[in-house]
Amino acid sequence: MAGSLTTSSGDGGNRWRDLDRLLTRPGNIVGPTFDPSPELRSELQQYVRVLVVGAGGLGCELLKDLALSGFVNLEVIDMDRIEVSNLNRQFLFRLQDVGKPKAEVAAKRVMERVKGVNIVPHFCRIEDKDLDFYNKFNIIALGLDSVEARSYINAVACTFLEYNSEDKPDEDSMKPMVDGGTEGFKGHARVIMPGVTPCFECTIWLFPPQVKFPLCTLAETPRTAAHCIEYAHLIKWDEVHGGKPFDADDPEHMQWVYSEAAKRAELFGIPGVTYSFTQGVVKNIIPAIASTNAIISAACTLEALKIASGCSKTMTNYLTYNGLEGLHTKVTEFVRDKDCLVCGPGTLLELDPSTTLQKFIELVGDHPKLQLSKASVTHRGKNLYMQAPPVLEEMTRSNLNLPLYELMDKVPKDVVHVAGTVNKDDKKTSALRKLRVVFKGIDGVTDMDTANGA
Amino acid sequence: MIRLFKVKEKQRELAENANGRAPVKKQSAGELRLHKDITELNLPKTTTISFPNGKDDLMNFEVTIRPDEGYYQGGIFVFTFQVSPIYPHEAPKVKCKTKVYHPNIDLEGNVCLNILREDWKPVLNINTIIYGLHHLFTEPNYEDPLNHDAAAVLRDNPKLFESNVRRAMSGGYVGQTFFPRCI
Repeated sequence: MAGSLTTSSGDGGNRWRDLDRLLTRPGNIVGPTFDPSPELRSELQQYVRVLVVGAGGLGCELLKDLALSGFVNLEVIDMDRIEVSNLNRQFLFRLQDVGKPKAEVAAKRVMERVKGVNIVPHFCRIEDKDLDFYNKFNIIALGLDSVEARSYINAVACTFLEYNSEDKPDEDSMKPMVDGGTEGFKGHARVIMPGVTPCFECTIWLFPPQVKFPLCTLAETPRTAAHCIEYAHLIKWDEVHGGKPFDADDPEHMQWVYSEAAKRAELFGIPGVTYSFTQGVVKNIIPAIASTNAIISAACTLEALKIASGCSKTMTNYLTYNGLEGLHTKVTEFVRDKDCLVCGPGTLLELDPSTTLQKFIELVGDHPKLQLSKASVTHRGKNLYMQAPPVLEEMTRSNLNLPLYELMDKVPKDVVHVAGTVNKDDKKTSALRKLRVVFKGIDGVTDMDTANGA
Repeated sequence: MIRLFKVKEKQRELAENANGRAPVKKQSAGELRLHKDITELNLPKTTTISFPNGKDDLMNFEVTIRPDEGYYQGGIFVFTFQVSPIYPHEAPKVKCKTKVYHPNIDLEGNVCLNILREDWKPVLNINTIIYGLHHLFTEPNYEDPLNHDAAAVLRDNPKLFESNVRRAMSGGYVGQTFFPRCI
C-alpha cells in the first residue's frame, strides 16, 4: 500500500521529498525516541490515524495540510452544512455545495486532490459517537469554535488516560490532541498530551468570558446596535413566540431577529444594525480571516507530524499568534493543574469488592492523603450518595449499605469523584477530588499495575 | 510515537471482534463542579430545591422561594435552572416559571440579576444565585427595570405598587395583564 503511494502520487514522485528529509535524517532537536529511517513515512501512512474535529475554516485547512504532510488515514467529523458565507475561506467548498454536509464535501475534495489519502467523513454531532470511535485514533486535531465542544473532546481524550500505581501516566493510554483556534487576526495552536501537558480543563480560564449585557439595559436603555439585536434575540423573541425555542441556524429565525432589531434601532436612533452583524452578535461570531486559519492550521499539522514521527520535539505547549498590527507570536509553557479533575491522576484507592458505600465514605475520611469528610459520591453521571440537600440525601440513602462494586456496575476499576470538606490549616474548606478505585482480586487489576513497567 | 501506534494498531485489529464494550457516560467538569455546589447548598429557610428529572440530573432543577417579608410575603415563586456543561465558565440560565408582577422580572420570566449575566464569575456558585433571587423579592429595584410599568409604579407610588403586588399574587388583573394566583 505504501509503495503504491510513491509511484501513483502523480507528481513525479516528488511529493514526499521534503517529508522524507525530515524523517530520514538525524538531528539535535529531534524527539527522544526518534529513529530516522526511510520506512518511517510508510509507517506513518500505514499506522497513524488522525481525527479532525470540525470541517470549517480550520478543518478545511487541517485536512489539506495533514494530507499533504503524509498522513493517509484521516477521518473528519462535523455536524454543519455549507453556507454561502463560508465560501470565502472554507476553500474546499464551491457555490454548488451550499446546503451539503461540510464533512462529506471536504473529505471528497481532499481525496480528489491528494492521491492515496483516505478520508472518512462523519456528518453528525461529536456527542453522537461513542468512546470506541474516538479510541481508534492516535491523534485528534481540533478545529473548533466553541469552549463547549473543546471541553467535550478533551474529556473524551482524557478518559482513555491511565495512571500506574506511582501516579505516572501510561504512555500507551495517552491520546494526544492538537488544538487550533482563531478569532479574526488572532489565533492559538497548542499541544495537549494528557497527563504530561495541561489539558483543556487545566487552563479553561484562558478563554475570556463571553460579553453579556444586563437584561435591563437591553429592555430600557439600549445604546448600541448590539443592544438592539440582543433585545430582539433574548427578550422580544420569547414575548412573541412564547415557548418556541430560538434556533440560530434557522435563517427565518435570524431574519425575524434582524427585522425586530432594526425596528428598535430606528426607535432609539441607533445606527449599525445589519443582517450579518445580527448573525455576528447572536452567534457570537468574530469575522474569520483565511490567513489566520492557514497559519494556525499549519502549526497544528506540524505538531501532529512531530508527535507521530518524533522528527522534532513538540512545542511546549501553547502558541499564540497575533497578526493585528505587524506580527507577534510566542510560545508559552503552561503548567498542569495537579488537581485537575479531568486529566489529573487523582488518588488511587484499592478496595475489597465487598466494601459498602458507607465504608467507602469512611475510608475517604480516614485516608491520609484525602481526609475528606462528609463525602458525596458520584460515578459516571450517577450520584451514588449525596450528603445534601435533604431531598437528594433521601433519594440516595439506600445505596449506603450496598457494595460500591455493585453500584459501579461491577467494573474492576474506574474513576469516582467525591465532594466534601477538608481541614486545611485548621480551617474547613470544601473540596472535590478524583479517585481511581481498583477492586482487589477482580480480573484486569494485575494487568493495570504491571502494564507500566517500561 | 509511530512505533507505539503500530503496536496499538495490531492490538486493535486483534481486539476488533473480541469485545463489545458498552460506551460509558462521561461526566463533564461542569457536572462535577455542580455536584459540589449542590452538596454545599446552604439554603435560606424560605427556599426549597427540587430535581424534576431525578437524582442523576443535577443540571436541570427548580428552586422555590416563599418570601417571609416585604411586598411579596406569602407568595410562591418557582425558578428553573439550566446549567451548561462548561459551568462555572458560564452562568446558569435562570427563568422565573411563576408569572409575577415585579420590576426586575418580565412577564416571560426573564430575570434582571447582575450575577446571572454581566457580573457572573466562576467563583460564584448556585448558592450565591439563590440568595440573589431571594434579594429581588425583599428589595425590588426600580432602577433596573425589566417590567417598565411595575418599576414606574414602585418608584412613584409604593402604596399602589404594594396593592398591585397583592392583587397579582391573589390571582387577578394589573392593568391589562392577568396574573395567576401564587399564594
